[in-house]
Amino acid sequence: MRQTVTREAITNAGLALLLLVVPLAASVMDEPFYVTLATRIAVLALAAVGLNIALGLGGLVSFGHAAFFGLGGYAAGILATHAFNAEPLFLGIPATTSMPAIWLVAVVVCGLVALPIGAISLRTSGVYFIMITLAFAQMIYYFAISWPAYGGQDGLSIYVRNTFPGVNTAQPLPFFLICYALLLLGLALFWALSGSRFGAALHAARQNATRLAAVGIAPFNIRLTAFAISAMITGLAGALFADLNRFTSPSMLSWHMSGELIVLIILGGKGRLFGPVAGAMLYVLFEFALGGITERWQLFLGLILLGVVLFARGGLMGLVAGKERYG
Amino acid sequence: MAEPVLEIRDLRKSFGALKATDGVSLHLVSGEIHALIGPNGAGKSTLIHQISGSLTPDSGTIRFLGQDMAGLDMAARARLGLARSFQTSSLAQEFSALRNVMLAVQAKQGSSLRFFRPVMRDRSLEEPAMAMLERAGLADRAHVPAAELPHGERRQLEIAIALALGPKAFLLDEPMAGMGPEGSKNLTRFLDTLRREAPILLVEHDMDAVFALADRVSVLVYGRIIATGKVDEIRNDPEVRRAYLGEPA
Repeated sequence: MRQTVTREAITNAGLALLLLVVPLAASVMDEPFYVTLATRIAVLALAAVGLNIALGLGGLVSFGHAAFFGLGGYAAGILATHAFNAEPLFLGIPATTSMPAIWLVAVVVCGLVALPIGAISLRTSGVYFIMITLAFAQMIYYFAISWPAYGGQDGLSIYVRNTFPGVNTAQPLPFFLICYALLLLGLALFWALSGSRFGAALHAARQNATRLAAVGIAPFNIRLTAFAISAMITGLAGALFADLNRFTSPSMLSWHMSGELIVLIILGGKGRLFGPVAGAMLYVLFEFALGGITERWQLFLGLILLGVVLFARGGLMGLVAGKERYG
Repeated sequence: MAEPVLEIRDLRKSFGALKATDGVSLHLVSGEIHALIGPNGAGKSTLIHQISGSLTPDSGTIRFLGQDMAGLDMAARARLGLARSFQTSSLAQEFSALRNVMLAVQAKQGSSLRFFRPVMRDRSLEEPAMAMLERAGLADRAHVPAAELPHGERRQLEIAIALALGPKAFLLDEPMAGMGPEGSKNLTRFLDTLRREAPILLVEHDMDAVFALADRVSVLVYGRIIATGKVDEIRNDPEVRRAYLGEPA
């Protein structure tokens, strides 16, 4: 096909570079706060990249992805707590503070939880799908706050950030680089999926599920697979988020969080590769810049969201890079 | 007579008090075009929906290639070789014509759980898809998004997609609907060659096309088949003329 460099590719490269250069510069100038801010952007963007597979590619508006974000967070928190107290998990299985092991647990748990949630939710569509995914997430939320063993409403502190072989994760910059690398990996996966045969079926399921069934591909199977992959990526981001804050809070599981992830995607451009990155940048910068002036910063965010929905359906990426074209 | 490709026995489907399908039996044998005609509201589309699996009949059986279709959804029936086109075009609107057909080629290869290899550089999808577009006369429109194709070309694209499935039978629901006289004539010629590949159950309002193409015609009125026969028999059947072919009741 046409191999010209598109405006979208340039925008994507620019955003990726910006997110890398700013924390590097901040680190040199000894401003660790900005490194942490960039880490927050990278982690939220990764969570939204996950949701973007279900919502953007598959047209499945999950209002329950906080469930997976929170489960990832609790995977990190619970494993770290057990390891800190030198208690085995159950059946004598030892806990760990190794990030790769925690990520694996987070991803597997989210995949396993997403399958039944998806299998039930995907029997519905439209507003019912939104409500049923919300209901599942709220069930997990209330379960978490009423389970005192893991902090209940108070959440779980992670006293020392979990470890990564050969990296001092207590320093802001190395931890940022881990999160940034995983964000790039998540983006690469999104890009590969979107262009693959599976992606073609998923795009078609969003555009016209009857057409997909009429050629012999069951939309349910495609959507369920997408939902599970989507949950796994969001869960990985949850584990990173807990390590970033050294705290797993039940609020990671709440419907506010699900809404926030959807807002990131709408702001950035749904279904676009770098939509979540652009959205997370805008969101976190807003939170930082306006949050310092007024507690009511979300009012202004609301106004921006209104503007995007009314005048720029494609979000930031739509404004900068134009309409999405499928060959 | 050889075993029919598609055999429908005593099919019934009601919506409340309305008997949309009221004891329909018909069959489709290899090599034929079997036309299904009838006035608006006779239940033609309802019948097609039940055969393709988007509606469940209340009773009766549908056998395709000797297999009972009960309990199989639309995707499963399509995989067995039952290809349908829709009365109102049903396409992946954002995809180009080529990608719509590539999706069908991919479905036929049974390979939708491949997650990494990019489809746009996959010759094993693109080449067969392009060949189908050429046969349907759409090769020069391959890269136009389906949403931007004019009505007639969307109908052709539906046929190209059905063709790409390499089906054992076609269910075509008013393929000529909304086409100009020139388009209808071209499509008639094309469908005429198609019957050698797989038999066609053709729902159509365009009587010129039906009489030019059909080996057999069934007339559906109020959910019942009132006559089945060769074109000449149908044309001269007094009941059909009264019920349908323009003679006042």
